[in-house]
Amino acid sequence: MASGVKPRVKVPKTAAAGEVITIKTLISHKMESGQRKDSDGNIIPQSIINTFTCDFNGQNVINVELHGAISTNPYFQFEATVPESGEFTFTWQDDDGSTYTDSKSIAVS
Amino acid sequence: MNFTRRDALVIGAGAVTAAMLPIKAFASLADDAEAAFTGGAATSDGGIELTAPEIAENGNTVPVGVSAPGAVSIIIIAAGNPNPDVCTFNFGPLAGSQSASTRMRLSGTQDVVAIAKMADGSFVRAASTVKVTIGGCGG
Repeated sequence: MASGVKPRVKVPKTAAAGEVITIKTLISHKMESGQRKDSDGNIIPQSIINTFTCDFNGQNVINVELHGAISTNPYFQFEATVPESGEFTFTWQDDDGSTYTDSKSIAVS
Repeated sequence: MNFTRRDALVIGAGAVTAAMLPIKAFASLADDAEAAFTGGAATSDGGIELTAPEIAENGNTVPVGVSAPGAVSIIIIAAGNPNPDVCTFNFGPLAGSQSASTRMRLSGTQDVVAIAKMADGSFVRAASTVKVTIGGCGG
């Protein structure tokens, strides 16, 4: 597991039923592109987060495939429809096999 | 070894071809990435919006946004990068709108291409040139 990986997610606490909300996510990760060389001239192997998924109560909102050209600390902003109260789950999959998750609940008034 | 004039011409032509190869290789990589997404289908303009800065001072983190109402998935391709794939957004049933934004790395001044796959199976394409002051490829 890459060190110092910390997901951060911004979701409104409440929403009206059927409202479209904006979600912002950021995860601290080096996203080693596989293009850089170390001081001895050896290529540093690629080590990135390759998939990001956001689900709401088990239903998919967005699924993103990432490649080497995504910046360090991958940031995503997207919109989701909220039909009922529930929980957003966010999943990031690392090249090294580890998975990082975060979840945020939202109340529909 | 004696060089005749003919040999010199052949060697010169070979050197020019070799010098042009990397540029051609990048262009075909981007074309390959596009073809891999569209499956070789034709793309049309309109119906997709690509938001990218005209000038990016730092190629390590260039904000980019895409929006294509009615799209199933959108791919972003950086045509001049050593690995042109940037990312693919696949929208699920609860997506509030077919739009998303992120940050990408650009190795230098180049075209950024976004292609959206619509629900009816057609493809729309948008491109934008981004000038990069400092490239984001390390080194």
